[in-house]
Amino acid sequence: MSNNFNPSIVGFFCNWCTYLAADLAGTSRMKYAPNVRVVRTMCSGRVDPQMILWAFRHGADGVLIGGCHPGDCHYQEGNYKALRRSKLLRKMLPQFGIEPERLRLEWISASEGERLRDVVNEFTAEIRHLGPLHKKQAAPQMAVAA
Amino acid sequence: MKGNGNHNARIGVYVCHCGTNIAGKVDVNALAEYAGKLPGVIVSREYKYMCSDPGQELIVKDVKDLKLNRVVVASCSPHLHELTFRKTTANAGQNPYLFHMVNLREHVSWVSEDPIAATEKSKALVKAAVLRAVWHEELEPRRFPVNPNVLIVGGGIAGIHAALTLASAGKQVYLVEREPSIGGHMAQFDKTFPTLDCAACILTPKMTAVKQSSNIHLYSLSEVSEVSGFVGNFKVKVKKYPRYIDEAKCVGCGECIEECVYKEGKYPNEFDLGLGKRKPIYMSFPQAVPSIPLIDSATCIEFKSHKCPKGCVEKCGDRNAIDFTQKVEEVELEVGTIIMATGFKTFDPRRLPQYGYGKFPNVYTSLEIERLVNASGPTLGQVILRDGRRPESIGILHCIGSRDENTNKYCSRVCCMYSLKLAHLLKEKTGAHLYNFYIDMRTPGKGFEEFYKRVLDEGVSFIRGKVAEVSGWAQSPAEEGKMILRVEDTLLGIIRRIPVDMVVLSTGLEPQADQQEVRRLFNLGCSAEGWFLERHPKLAPVDTFTDGIFLAGCNQGPKDIPDTVAQAGAAAAQCMAHIDKGFVEMEPNTAWIDEELCSGCHVCIGMCPYSAIHFDTEKKVAVLNEALCKGCGSCVAACPSGSAQQNLFRDEQLFAEVEGVLV
Amino acid sequence: MAKPKVAFYWCARCGGCEESVVDLAEGVLKVVEAVDIVFWPVALDFKRSDVEAMADGEIAVAFINGAIRNSEQEAMAKLLRKKAGLVIAYGACAYQGGIPGLANLTDKEAILQYVYQQSPSTSNGNGTRPQPHLKVPEGDLELPEFYEAVKTLDQVIDVDYYLPGCPPTAKITFQAIEAILSGKLPEKGAVLAGDRALCYECDLNSTKPEKLLVTDLKRPHQVIIDREKCLLAQGILCLGPVTRGGCEAQCVKGGMPCTGCFGPLGRVRDYGGKALSAIASIVDSTDEKVVAKVFEALPDPAGTFYRYSVPASLLAGKRKAA
Repeated sequence: MSNNFNPSIVGFFCNWCTYLAADLAGTSRMKYAPNVRVVRTMCSGRVDPQMILWAFRHGADGVLIGGCHPGDCHYQEGNYKALRRSKLLRKMLPQFGIEPERLRLEWISASEGERLRDVVNEFTAEIRHLGPLHKKQAAPQMAVAA
Repeated sequence: MKGNGNHNARIGVYVCHCGTNIAGKVDVNALAEYAGKLPGVIVSREYKYMCSDPGQELIVKDVKDLKLNRVVVASCSPHLHELTFRKTTANAGQNPYLFHMVNLREHVSWVSEDPIAATEKSKALVKAAVLRAVWHEELEPRRFPVNPNVLIVGGGIAGIHAALTLASAGKQVYLVEREPSIGGHMAQFDKTFPTLDCAACILTPKMTAVKQSSNIHLYSLSEVSEVSGFVGNFKVKVKKYPRYIDEAKCVGCGECIEECVYKEGKYPNEFDLGLGKRKPIYMSFPQAVPSIPLIDSATCIEFKSHKCPKGCVEKCGDRNAIDFTQKVEEVELEVGTIIMATGFKTFDPRRLPQYGYGKFPNVYTSLEIERLVNASGPTLGQVILRDGRRPESIGILHCIGSRDENTNKYCSRVCCMYSLKLAHLLKEKTGAHLYNFYIDMRTPGKGFEEFYKRVLDEGVSFIRGKVAEVSGWAQSPAEEGKMILRVEDTLLGIIRRIPVDMVVLSTGLEPQADQQEVRRLFNLGCSAEGWFLERHPKLAPVDTFTDGIFLAGCNQGPKDIPDTVAQAGAAAAQCMAHIDKGFVEMEPNTAWIDEELCSGCHVCIGMCPYSAIHFDTEKKVAVLNEALCKGCGSCVAACPSGSAQQNLFRDEQLFAEVEGVLV
Repeated sequence: MAKPKVAFYWCARCGGCEESVVDLAEGVLKVVEAVDIVFWPVALDFKRSDVEAMADGEIAVAFINGAIRNSEQEAMAKLLRKKAGLVIAYGACAYQGGIPGLANLTDKEAILQYVYQQSPSTSNGNGTRPQPHLKVPEGDLELPEFYEAVKTLDQVIDVDYYLPGCPPTAKITFQAIEAILSGKLPEKGAVLAGDRALCYECDLNSTKPEKLLVTDLKRPHQVIIDREKCLLAQGILCLGPVTRGGCEAQCVKGGMPCTGCFGPLGRVRDYGGKALSAIASIVDSTDEKVVAKVFEALPDPAGTFYRYSVPASLLAGKRKAA
């Protein structure tokens, strides 16, 4: 496992908590690994498992979903939907030869800038340790009907 | 309009330097050059401050000259400037929702160490935005009327001031207070710093004004139990607990209290923090508003045995105001805006046993001292210790439960000043020797430093050091019968033992015990310390992340009375801004269902927390009520056939974004 | 006027698709009347060389069923592509990989090991394995090469239309043939079935509660199915909401849940991902432990949600360690 490996990680961050925690980490000038690229959604409940698979398909070595703490969802229960979906997805990923650790769901509230930093650093280190998901194989052509 | 990607997209990309905030870390020139080569990008520029007037004019000019139909600005967080740039593009004649923003500052430059990695990350985010923008479509904001009524939760000075401000502007206010009376902590204070105004003298007229205002509808002994709806259109349920005295019939004469079977107070008076006693039927304090007694069903004999002679009922006579059968009532209110003025609780010093609170009778909290020195307090203003003595020496210990890794890290902001105030009052009332034990003196406020000087001049001793322990272990005759404070005097660099008769713990301020439940009820955020989270610490200090709900007073963080009142006024002004505008515009990020493609499988219906989706038995498909949708997108992620989509977060937009970040 | 020439071919398949053509019953006679079948290995004695001898584009339509598992199938698909004006991926295997595509959840080496060495009925002391090329005294022997992974038909050739189903029903097959004969074909690449999910045409949809939430998931053998009530509402894993309609809910009518052979709707990029999302979403619990317990009814999520579509899925199959 090369230490030079620079993982690509997609972060699906809820607009009301984790995205704001990342904003807070920014205004607090905390430094963390540059590997997570954020896609903002209004709620972690918007994250369709298809998008996670799409990320893995398109080169992601890891996917981090950031939602509101249980009981704190801006939309009441969207985070629980994210929880159920990622739980089932994590159960399935090994069948495709993907370590379940490559998908992580974290609850990070708007005030937890430090936690955001720590989660990103820790997750990046974990993915670095797991190594690249992709061996740069030519992906078969998609069969999506028009 | 239910969108295809615009493959004739003409995109302009604008990279902001934000002075050196971005440009100091990200190679903005390389980024702009990279953006210029992305598909559909007609122009890409970098500029020192995109949000400045010349920056915005640059965009407007390009949109017009180059016929751009998409604009991407890579600058700071969309929470800061998305609206700014949407307006810019609207000024250029473009639908504002065709715009997209990239967060380079908070998410890249400020958090990255390596400039090369930061630039690469920026490229990925810009590419994602460009790929996404292709799929953006024209949208219109949703508009709803604003109900002009306001709910204020909490009747302390913050709630009172906000209510009076709104009422004087002719707005209808529902003021909900869970205690028997409004007034909050301020009503318990004796004097206020630094002016030494009598707290009751300045608060009581405002409380009376609340009572007298026909625009304020006061619900005391009440709590909000349910909140639904959205800005401009909230529905609120209030639980009104029984007072056992009919507010409509009672005139507040108080004769019922006189006639109670208990001739003296028997139970600890909550308002006096248990320092005084009350009867089962009582007024929490003389100036209470509403000035109506209440019956404590836990201690009233009638409730316990049904065998009370009920002198109270007899005395009330024909007014017939006493009603032992009252039950919890639920009231439904409709309001457009809400002010949270739920206050704070004081730190419980039992958590720090080294200070002996609860062990030594003569250790008091600062709030107890407020009652003790108050002329209408349990001792009528006499400073008499719990053991009946009068103190000759008093130690005031600052920062109890503040600035402490083991309890609360933050400074409670008011303790230095109220400790000075109490030192002054105790000195005045007892002539005792006063010691203040402080970590740092913090007196930043109008007249504060002058007050500090005054108390110094009055001969109060100040010892810089945190008391380690309050003990009763006398080591010399001078210490016999006293409490001994062990402290490192950090100015002298020695450990000192100071015997005193009375200890005052300057307890810090903490979020209310049920702050978390209340937060969830109102869908608010909390800071790490547990205070309600304001939308922006500087520029939106009374707004929350839930539109239409505003903060006033100490539920957002410790503050003194002037700051609380100022914030309450600001919150009232925010409500009025909504009311006078008359409508709210909401982000059009709602979901929609394509009825031509929906199979009516019912999956989405169970997803919606707002019951915005129902099954249309005629069309046999799910139908979404846009007015009720709040735009979480849960139904979209769940929709098994891809027939539900969310504006601004369509599948195509998000898939494109994911592809883009994975360059 | 000469009748249009039609070819049928099978790749990695079970034979059910061929069966379904026979199932057209008397209808097949009408078809036979209207067309000239020039190639159909299962029924008629034409050889590969007969096809090779045809001019390019001479065949009007080639119906190819089965997935691509080996080099021979790919070669035949390419040959038919060359000779045929239209190629139709017939059935779930050609369309999305089908049941043979489940092999992509393991790998070539594991399959060969099991089949030629480990299976209980195998006696192969020398560990002999089929070789694509083998020299024997009599000359060179060629066997089709067994691929690393199963592919859908459109992963090896350009496909004009898709007929979904395991197998496609007589109704949609007739509709497709009629469309071809009358020249009224939709845009290239279309799936020739409905574009709403199965629930829309399922009789039991009207029995669903307003909010479709379940507290438990069950597999068909674990319960006595109430055939008058929506199966999914009973907690039985029916994939009707995710699956393209057109089959008229035949399985559900027969008391079995939909397993998804008609594949995804046009707006869906990954059938299994969507199926997983829908099923996980409707589990009515916010308790992580309860949720995990409910998911115990899904011991094989990939096989459940991608029963017919592993090769066409976003992940396409098992990844090997990099």
